[in-house]
Amino acid sequence: MTGGQNGATAATASNHDIPRLTALHGLMARIRAFERAAETGQSRGLVLGAVHLSIGQEAVAAGVCAQLRRDDLLLSTHRGHGHTLAKGADARAMMLELLGKAGGTSDGRGGSMHIADFSVGMLGANGVVSANIPIAVGAAQAIRLKGSDQVVACLFGDGAINRGPFMEGLNWAKVFNLPVLFVCEDNGWSATTRTSTLTAGEGAAARARSMDVTAIEIDGNDLVAVDEATREAVARLRAGEGPILIHARTYRLLGHTASDPAGYRPAGEAEERWSGDPMRRNRALLEAAGVPAAELDALEQAATDEMTAALDAAEAAPWAPAALALEDVQDAGAPARFWTREG
Amino acid sequence: MADITYLEAGRLALAEEMDRDPLVWALGEDLGRGGVFKQYDGLQARFGANRIVDTPISESTIMGAAVGAAMSGTRPVVEMRFSDFALCAVDELVNQAAKARYMFGGQTRVPLVVREPIGMWRSSAAQHSQSLEAWYAHIPGLVVTVPATPADNYALLKAAIRSDDPVVHMEHKNLWALSGPAAESDAPAEFGRGVVRRAGADITLVTWSATVWTALDAAAALGVEGINVEVIDLRTLWPWDRELVLESVSRTRRALVVHEAVQAGGFGAEIAATIAEELHHRLEGPVRRLGAPRAPVPYAPPMESELKITAGDVCKAVKVALGR
Repeated sequence: MTGGQNGATAATASNHDIPRLTALHGLMARIRAFERAAETGQSRGLVLGAVHLSIGQEAVAAGVCAQLRRDDLLLSTHRGHGHTLAKGADARAMMLELLGKAGGTSDGRGGSMHIADFSVGMLGANGVVSANIPIAVGAAQAIRLKGSDQVVACLFGDGAINRGPFMEGLNWAKVFNLPVLFVCEDNGWSATTRTSTLTAGEGAAARARSMDVTAIEIDGNDLVAVDEATREAVARLRAGEGPILIHARTYRLLGHTASDPAGYRPAGEAEERWSGDPMRRNRALLEAAGVPAAELDALEQAATDEMTAALDAAEAAPWAPAALALEDVQDAGAPARFWTREG
Repeated sequence: MADITYLEAGRLALAEEMDRDPLVWALGEDLGRGGVFKQYDGLQARFGANRIVDTPISESTIMGAAVGAAMSGTRPVVEMRFSDFALCAVDELVNQAAKARYMFGGQTRVPLVVREPIGMWRSSAAQHSQSLEAWYAHIPGLVVTVPATPADNYALLKAAIRSDDPVVHMEHKNLWALSGPAAESDAPAEFGRGVVRRAGADITLVTWSATVWTALDAAAALGVEGINVEVIDLRTLWPWDRELVLESVSRTRRALVVHEAVQAGGFGAEIAATIAEELHHRLEGPVRRLGAPRAPVPYAPPMESELKITAGDVCKAVKVALGR
């Protein structure tokens, strides 16, 4: 495993699959760049509504999703851009969605909080904390009924473990022995309140173990740890061993939303946490293993260029048509038959 | 044609759809034992515990799992025992099932059915007796079905199971034992088609579910007095058969909407307002509503009866509407 908080030693780095970690570094860079572009888009009034950034949490998204097959299923949170990109969604279509433009992943009807790409098995971010946990166990039940070897990964934050669906969903997955990978992406905050002040007991892993669900606790800012824990967990899920919970401790480097300056945090806390930023740590590991800095610079620059172009293209794109507001509500009883602007 | 009970009609519809499509399955509490009212009797023995699934008492997860399973290509039928208990799963139904198709831009569909028995039933008191159909009719994305007869329970449940959109199927607990003609074919019903249960020329009475029978009793009594009441059974509340209602009221020129649910904010208000908007100049009197007072359902029989809409109440309301 990796060394200290600030990087890895060359000795441990040599044990790793460096080409894989380099590729995942590129994925983390793309997630970071996408969210920086979204942040820019919001500051320019292009990205509307609440935008929840996962800057600092990229190792969980990259490490978990890279172990999933394209046909495996993924359920995400309202902080879901990174998970969605890591599952393979098209960044340009996602950016169009964030701007409400034609060609967005959900035709402009979902926006940032409901980002989804069913073509890559990403069944949706969810605006309701904890709500995707029961949906994930149901997706696993469908997999069982269809006799497939797919697995379902369900990401949720540390705030989600204090809602009932977490306890219900874990119990359900265990009693039905379902192939669900629960990932508690613990960033320390329940919106703008520190989760530890709101949570009785030891948290996600302890609660999982109380229901005889295997729980693995890892440093969620350590890409290698996430990658390896997920590889083992997914293999066990596919072998039919029942649900597993990974409790990945990370840190939300920015506020709850892009417009939240997070002034409630103690002075210096975020600055200190930046030193454990997963991109910085992984970069140190790769450089120690001999990957040229220029190669990593190029990866990071390519990510920035890609996402800047995605934002520019989305800005130039036309709005999603207003008429779509009345489409895809329901077949029987659709709004057009029962509603006119004249009353 | 052999008669069938309302309960048996529902069970038959589910069994036939499970035979037809291996991706149809049911989940809920105590289904292996047949369900609270025996609607599922024998089905687990026939289809196995993987398709008639006994779940924990976890309404949120029963409904949420159905949403996930529906988005993943199966057709779950959710049993909620009582519409009251479904309130533990309102997020899953209202925020998730009803919204997924729309907020994901049509990338997914949610073909789930939730069976939510409604109505007052033998001193079951405030948490087992509610008729909450108006809540769901208010939510974009949901279909709401309220069958009054065995044939309609059969045909509407079939339609609900085959629907690609989520359906709230509300069976009335006092109708389980009702016996009547079976459906004329094994075809699913069409949502949004009401039916005239009794033709009349003096006033149109619009209703649904068990109150259809109350209304028909009232209409029979009024018929003896020479008042001809037309009784429309809506069968589905969303979509509802606007055309049938408006055509009828444009002939009778008077309308009364009757339902067991609380009158305030009830679906009767939607129907009454629509009639008033569309037919104002043809009406010979204001459209009237008759529903329960805005009180929880009590336990003691005399109090429970106080809240029930009876045929006598309907007769009185019709006479008021007719100015007699």
